[in-house]
Amino acid sequence: MPVDIDIAKVAKLARIALTDDELDQYGHQLEDILEHAERVQALPTEGIEPTSHPMPMVNGFRRDEVGECLDPDSFLSQAPDTRDGQFRVPRILGE
Amino acid sequence: MTDLADLTIARAASGLRTGEFTAADLLEAVMRRATMTEAQLHAYLTLDHEGAATAAEEADRAFAAGQDHGLLQGIPIALKDNMCTRGVETTASSKILSGWVPPYDATAVARLRAAGAVITGKTNMDEFAMGSSTENSAFGETRNPWDTDRVPGGSSGGSAVAVAAGSAFGAFGSDTGGSIRQPAALTGVVGMKPTYGLVSRYGLIAFASSLDQIGPFARTVEDVVLLLEAVAGFDALDSTSIDEPTPGFGDALRTGVEGVRVGVVTELMGEGIDPEVRAAVQATVDRLADAGAAVGEVSLPSSEHALSAYYLIAPAECSSNLARFDGVRYGHRSSIEGTTEDMMSHSRAEGFGPEVIRRILLGTYALSAGYYDAFYGQAQKVRTLVRRDFEEAYADYDVLVSPTSPTTAFPVGERAQDPLAMYLSDVCTIPSNLSGDPSISVPVGVDADGLPVGFQIMAPALGEQVLFQVAAEVERLVDFQDRARLATSDEVKP
Amino acid sequence: MKPGWEAVIGVETHVELSTRSKMFCRCPVDVDAAPNTACCPVCLALPGALPVPNEQAIEDIVKIGLALDCAINERSLFYRKNYFYPDLPKNYQISQYTFPVCEHGSIEIEAEDGPVTVGITRVHMEEDTGKSTHVGDGGGRIHDADHTLLDFNRAGVPLVEIVTEPDLRTPEQARAYGSELQRIVLALGVSDAKLEAGSMRFDVNVSVRRTGDPEFGTRTETKNVNSLRSLQRVVAFEIDRQVELIEAGGSVTQETRHWNEETAQTAAMRSKEESEDYRYFQDPDLLPLEVSEPWRDAILASLPELPADRRARYVEAGADAAAAELLADSRGLSSRFEEAVAAGANARTVAIWLTGDVVAHLRRIDGDIDATVLSGDHLAELSAMVEAGELSSSAAKDVLTATIDGEGSPRDIAEAKDLMQVSDVGEIEVAVDAVLAANADAVAKIADGDMKPMGFLIGQVMRETGGKADPKVVQQLVRAKTQG
Ligand SMILES: [Zn+2]
Repeated sequence: MPVDIDIAKVAKLARIALTDDELDQYGHQLEDILEHAERVQALPTEGIEPTSHPMPMVNGFRRDEVGECLDPDSFLSQAPDTRDGQFRVPRILGE
Repeated sequence: MTDLADLTIARAASGLRTGEFTAADLLEAVMRRATMTEAQLHAYLTLDHEGAATAAEEADRAFAAGQDHGLLQGIPIALKDNMCTRGVETTASSKILSGWVPPYDATAVARLRAAGAVITGKTNMDEFAMGSSTENSAFGETRNPWDTDRVPGGSSGGSAVAVAAGSAFGAFGSDTGGSIRQPAALTGVVGMKPTYGLVSRYGLIAFASSLDQIGPFARTVEDVVLLLEAVAGFDALDSTSIDEPTPGFGDALRTGVEGVRVGVVTELMGEGIDPEVRAAVQATVDRLADAGAAVGEVSLPSSEHALSAYYLIAPAECSSNLARFDGVRYGHRSSIEGTTEDMMSHSRAEGFGPEVIRRILLGTYALSAGYYDAFYGQAQKVRTLVRRDFEEAYADYDVLVSPTSPTTAFPVGERAQDPLAMYLSDVCTIPSNLSGDPSISVPVGVDADGLPVGFQIMAPALGEQVLFQVAAEVERLVDFQDRARLATSDEVKP
Repeated sequence: MKPGWEAVIGVETHVELSTRSKMFCRCPVDVDAAPNTACCPVCLALPGALPVPNEQAIEDIVKIGLALDCAINERSLFYRKNYFYPDLPKNYQISQYTFPVCEHGSIEIEAEDGPVTVGITRVHMEEDTGKSTHVGDGGGRIHDADHTLLDFNRAGVPLVEIVTEPDLRTPEQARAYGSELQRIVLALGVSDAKLEAGSMRFDVNVSVRRTGDPEFGTRTETKNVNSLRSLQRVVAFEIDRQVELIEAGGSVTQETRHWNEETAQTAAMRSKEESEDYRYFQDPDLLPLEVSEPWRDAILASLPELPADRRARYVEAGADAAAAELLADSRGLSSRFEEAVAAGANARTVAIWLTGDVVAHLRRIDGDIDATVLSGDHLAELSAMVEAGELSSSAAKDVLTATIDGEGSPRDIAEAKDLMQVSDVGEIEVAVDAVLAANADAVAKIADGDMKPMGFLIGQVMRETGGKADPKVVQQLVRAKTQG
């Protein structure tokens, strides 16, 4: 499979604002890395289960009990912009 | 007279109990060492003089009152800057988190505090643990105390250097693809990645969740055991932590290697491994054989694909893990005007360094529609193949060994512009991350340039006992006495 | 619906569970708390925080799955659904993708045009987002907002998504489905299912096609519909809109729409430039979920009676279908109904009283049944009095309202108000004889075969007895004495 990346689309999906030069540069680097990574595609993996977790464990539940919450000041004081005990962001939709 | 900063943790712990010196004395010694070396090394991002002094006082008060919370009580320990410390700035070496002070402690940190450890500060690292040289820090690189023109390895370079230089008795780092073991090898200290799930990840700023594991650095295997014992064990705040009682590991240190089956991984002893590194590793293997180990060669055929699989899995997970850094709730927010989406995109572009951006883009691509099966899905299957290779190998061997890093410390800047060359630094360490198994690096010699060589020992999941058993014997057989130039030169001595 | 057209409707329902703590952290489920006071590192997505799943939430979703006749997957997986939005702290939502907890279920609904079986594709576990308040000139509308405020108290509240097959065909069926699902969720006690408060909400997919066309048309999805009435109206509106569009030569665009309650119309949401690419992958922070057979069986055994079963049981006992539905929908009514029937009451009568007279009286006095003294025993006593002929059915209704008003037990009230019927034949016979003697003309007419005066004579006897005589006995006696 030839590596052909729509790097502008990827950057938008990842929410990273890049200049055209930067897009170009990252695009080439990704293509190099992926060419190397393509070797994994040559491996016969028919019928092989994917491993997404190293240990064969299940569930890892906790009981439905209420614990302590943070004092809002401890995190709101670190936020870039707040108002009335809430986080504030610019308008969500464009003009 | 010996500088207190050069003592092992075990020796310092006994001195504290006999009244030979106090926790305040130990802290003063490492802080003095830091003062002498930091300008050249930059191991620390934050030295918490005040917090450490308070902790040392508390430890001394506890000793005076006959309270003993364990062997780390009063011992100065450094923490990688991706471990959340309540009240102490934690940045993961990223501009996007510059100035962020966590309102909570990572579980490992809370356990260290409860054990009476004195936290000296936060160590430099590759941004978000992405890198193998500690050059990718938004706050300047860390240098190797053996040769300050060289990198200390990474990503936990600051923690490795603090231990190598004597500005901490021990340290913690995180290992996703070798980020503890490789810098340990390059700085001549012991560094260990525990079994995945043995140490809670709660409060460790995630890079790749299925691979990340917190582990210790120290100057001896025994000290590494002491550090690990303080933080290991089930944590209800980490669903992936192993819910089993953790055995003590200390007994393993004196049992020798008689009859232990040691497999040398052929794929990690050939092409691409520096001849001097290979020779030092081979010499160590021969000594193990002389000491009664049953040595043989073993193949991990999938290991050559492990690196490729790793460089798909880790970026994919990171692209999602790092999505939370968006300028909304904490961290850097761009001053560029626009919509929330503009704000997020510019905050992230301004806040992340190039290596982080590269991996986020790579991971985003590998997970996107139409490519998932070819890249991420396939990489997960390769992961299964790597695990199978290990399973087969462990049917015949108790531990597997290899070099920790293909080369000794390389010059600053050498690989900074070549991501692929940098990625190859992790070729020996990555397989254990993919399998989730424990692995340790022990220094076994120096090359012609006087740079340390690390010997990697790998064991099956929860095989820490045999891992430490062999590591302790290697340490004894090799009797590695060299210390980093900066830790021994007159300029750092009182 | 316009003849020649058929609609194809599917509904996705989100139900917030009423667990004590959130899905992946120990913060309380308390969306009314002051902003950002029910938050911790996990639900704020602070760096380093990790999710740990709430066992009760898993038990609750299994309950829902079992109630909807689903297969419970022994092993299911949490996935990350990646998209950036400021109300989503991690910028991914923990959800499920392949291998949800429950799959392949069905639910039987009663619509006006008869029973319909609706397939349930899947029931999966996820987490809610935070709450956004859009501030600006637009009065809280996102389009005119100048900035947005974020409260994360709701972030991480356990959310169950229930997805139907495209089996619904009419607006009424869609409403009946929503209504039955709400009943089930309430009966299970896993959510307060308050539509107006958003703890249960619908996304509805609608497409139209010409009758008999095997292909589906292009569908639209209308999001966040928050009442049963709106659900029905949304579907009706979309059907009309789409049919009109196609008949005018246009075509339906696949898009997300929202419902405007004031204009009673759906409108396209401003579309994003590219289609969403959620980059689903298994969440490495969470282990596979395993619902073992013993666990599943234990949950199954703990399920309460479901609304459909309860309605069937009430009908079986003698209530009519409409009354059975009303009874089953109300905890207060059904508990009294069951108590009364258990104490031997006539089920049909009690069902009519409860769903008719009692409900009407409560509405008049603006009262709640649980705030009254009315008990099942009262109803049983009243029923027994009517059955024994001691009380006329109209007098029973007066006694019933007086009982609700706390005037005493039915018997005490009936006696105090002198409403007890006379059923003693001897006593009534005296009155009958007196009336017949005084109305010889009428008696003679009846003897000649003209039955018209019969009613008049019975009425006279009732008046003579002050209305307390059992009409049945009076009728029998008058008939016997006039017709020989
Ligand atoms: Zn929380």
